[in-house]
Amino acid sequence: MKTGANMQKLAEYALEVANESGASYADVRIIHQESQVIETKDLAVAGVNIGESSGVGIRVLCGGGWGFASTQDITRKGLAKAIKTAIETAKASASCLEHPVTLAPESAYNAVWVSPYTKDPFAISLETKVGVLLAAAKIMKAVKGVTLAQGEMTFIREKKYFANSEGSRIDQTFIRSSCGIVAHATGKDDRQTRSWPNSFGGQHELAGWEMVEKWDLTGNAQRIAEEAVALLSADPCPQGVRDIIIGSSQLGLQIHESCGHPSELDRALGQEINMAGASFLTPDKLGNLKYGSSLVNLVADATARGALGSFGFDDEGVLAQKVYLVKNGIFTGYLSSRDTAHMIDLKRSGGAMRSESWNKVPIIRMTNISLEPGNAGTLEDLIADTKDGILFESNKSWSIDNLRYNFQFSTEIAWEIKNGKRVRLLKNASYGGITPEFWGSCDAICGPSDYVEWGLPNCGKGQPMQTMWTGHGASPARFRNVQVGMAHAVKGDE
Amino acid sequence: MITRQQCKKIIDLALAYARGKADGIEVMVSASDVATSRFANNEMTQNQAPYSVGISVRVQKNGRQARVSSDDRSPAGIRKLVDNALVAAGFLEKDEDMLPLYQPSGKNGAAATNRSDAKTAKLGPKDRALAVKEIIAVAKANGLNASGVYSAGQSVHAIGNSQGLFEFHQETEAECSITMTGGNSSGWSKSHQTQADRLNPKRLAELAAQKALASANPIELPAGHYTVILEPSAVLDLLGFLWYDFAGTSHTDKLSCLLGKVGKKVLGDNITIEDNCKHSMQAGSSFDGEGVARRTLTLVENGVIKNLVHGRRSARDFKTEPTGHGVTEPSSMGEYPVNLVVAGGDTTVEEMIRTTKKGILLTRVWYVREVDPTAKIVTGMTRDGTFYVEDGKISAGTFNFRFNVSLIDLLNRVVALGPSERTAGEETFPAVVPAMKVTDFNMSSTTRF
Repeated sequence: MKTGANMQKLAEYALEVANESGASYADVRIIHQESQVIETKDLAVAGVNIGESSGVGIRVLCGGGWGFASTQDITRKGLAKAIKTAIETAKASASCLEHPVTLAPESAYNAVWVSPYTKDPFAISLETKVGVLLAAAKIMKAVKGVTLAQGEMTFIREKKYFANSEGSRIDQTFIRSSCGIVAHATGKDDRQTRSWPNSFGGQHELAGWEMVEKWDLTGNAQRIAEEAVALLSADPCPQGVRDIIIGSSQLGLQIHESCGHPSELDRALGQEINMAGASFLTPDKLGNLKYGSSLVNLVADATARGALGSFGFDDEGVLAQKVYLVKNGIFTGYLSSRDTAHMIDLKRSGGAMRSESWNKVPIIRMTNISLEPGNAGTLEDLIADTKDGILFESNKSWSIDNLRYNFQFSTEIAWEIKNGKRVRLLKNASYGGITPEFWGSCDAICGPSDYVEWGLPNCGKGQPMQTMWTGHGASPARFRNVQVGMAHAVKGDE
Repeated sequence: MITRQQCKKIIDLALAYARGKADGIEVMVSASDVATSRFANNEMTQNQAPYSVGISVRVQKNGRQARVSSDDRSPAGIRKLVDNALVAAGFLEKDEDMLPLYQPSGKNGAAATNRSDAKTAKLGPKDRALAVKEIIAVAKANGLNASGVYSAGQSVHAIGNSQGLFEFHQETEAECSITMTGGNSSGWSKSHQTQADRLNPKRLAELAAQKALASANPIELPAGHYTVILEPSAVLDLLGFLWYDFAGTSHTDKLSCLLGKVGKKVLGDNITIEDNCKHSMQAGSSFDGEGVARRTLTLVENGVIKNLVHGRRSARDFKTEPTGHGVTEPSSMGEYPVNLVVAGGDTTVEEMIRTTKKGILLTRVWYVREVDPTAKIVTGMTRDGTFYVEDGKISAGTFNFRFNVSLIDLLNRVVALGPSERTAGEETFPAVVPAMKVTDFNMSSTTRF
């Protein structure tokens, strides 16, 4: 990996070649990424995968069309070849255009940004990391009825140097850490699962080893193992219409699917319709659609400290921002980019262009899409305030239509609430609805004490598919008259 | 693109450097050079030409193993990679479950599959732009908007180890998927082939356009149980959620919905599924993640679960031979069938429609997710071409549905099968599957469009 002055010189060279080749705009991202993935299965290490990757992504505008090429050959020769490919590709794009690309203005920055962390995870030994996972596995396996115990940690260090033909020179370093454990209990014709701190890989943060210590895997192993076994004999979730409370991590995913994706401007403009889909939040609804109740304030905040979707600058050099998507229940904003901003008369990009790696083109992605806390106190206060309902916790499955109206979620665990108390454990719990109706039924949001910035490391979008790190802050919240239990209602007569 | 000789040189360099330092070493080289042109609203929106080569080594030492990957192909980079793997392995506890590296028994190893096409490999941005223009012309002629991708390129995968293994696979690919949208309707088509000549973007555009036009002004039908005709893409994106249940490791881990059902009749008489990497409509290499030759295996025969696939560890646990379906080790997953061929019939989709009094025709399903791993219930949505079939004819496009269905139940209610064809969806990798007509398909709710 080229570093410091050498890297900057190469970036300058690439911009010069792009300019001489006829590019009206060019940007260069030189990226070096290191990763560690550790998996345990029962009391053994199932995999240790250590990776390193370096490369350059070059984006050019030529004749009003975009071209992108990438290379691992980080030399003058390698960059010149990649620029030639990018220019040819841009010219081919221009031959299929009616509306040449227009970029919203953005200041030129000369900046260095480093994500916050206190303990460098790459300075912690593999032995220590494996030790934590195996200690948790030992506790889970000691619980009678647990048939499989799994653990996972991932650590990523990414160094990114961005330069563009408008004068920006930005150096960023990201440290991402994640940890999680899972207990499976398989009975006769049934399998139940519990995870901690979250399902599908655990919790993910823009943080160091300190996040692993904070989430205390060993301290929660016994509880989730016992819950997995208890679920085998639990009653199934009833079917019907109920008031529901959604726990913080599940609500994070609900926000991701039903607010984050539909507020991506490229979707709303139809640019992702072939695979990821479009959006019911079309530009004509901006500022006038009642998305949710007046309690609902949803924000895209790329500046949230330690949240997985934060950065100093996005992948086209736009400064991180905080943008309201929904304010007091009204749809007010989009996640946007420099080349889409003008299509809805925005003066500036909202700063949401992100790329999975050096060999992928930046596209509009979520940053941290979060529900601002309310004033309903703690989760226990909200339960105490609920006469008859169901509490849903920890995602098990998720699905939503390609315009983001009809959704259905299942959770690992649920509890029936009667007269302000949890009275019964429920398994195979599901709920669903139509996005604006659902958010319109939100009548209570817990306060800041229960607010967690959840991280999702694998949001998929684009063709070819890219995954992205997004964040979702949420406190538990209550929704009235929601359809529940539909996922298992599969039998019937024609 | 990196050549066989260059891959061999990288692998030999790593093997030579590790000699005397590691008990065993496995080296993989992978490269991808697939360019993609994306279009939307009848114009090009993105055009990407990424190229990457990656190297990955697995070392074994003193009963421990670790995998390290990099993209530094220089001799110094390769030596650093081996050193890092040895250091990483040294930090780990002894792996009691570890097997020594695979030792090929025959001289020829896995019989190579020839899936590389020189013409496809050479397609450039101008060629892709021509295809996109052709698609847009169809859209404009029909008053529609075209969106989608046209991609083409090639990939390489090589593996060698200190037990004498060396395998190499080179393949080309071309993919075209198109969504045509009208005022209140849409239609979709997709094809993924190893040769660009087999794609026919214009024909795909016409198919998508026909669907968009035919589903204009959709009606809203009530939720309920319907006879459903699933086009091949819809079949693929549902059945993809069953494939891992045929992995031996999913049985030892008690994760499979087929637990205790091998040898038993679980699915309908008309369901036969094999995994066959040599099938003429299949793609991919003839060796698995450890270099073991892929075998052709019957997974389901007339509804009876016949075989599971096994990597080397799973084969050891089941006291059988590996079937050549292992994933890259070390892994908690074990193995995966990747060359699925679902036996078809001779009923065309048109004939299925003609014999349906009241039902739904599905082009495509979307966001399919498992909600119950043992009953194998999945949920998902329909999209881009959902039609009401009435008295043997398509009578209207419909609003889209959410479904919740058990795949086991579904495969017991197949009343007609179309011819099997190479099919691409979005939830899983391409496979060879037929269209299916099934009864009692649970549409649990509708959406707004």
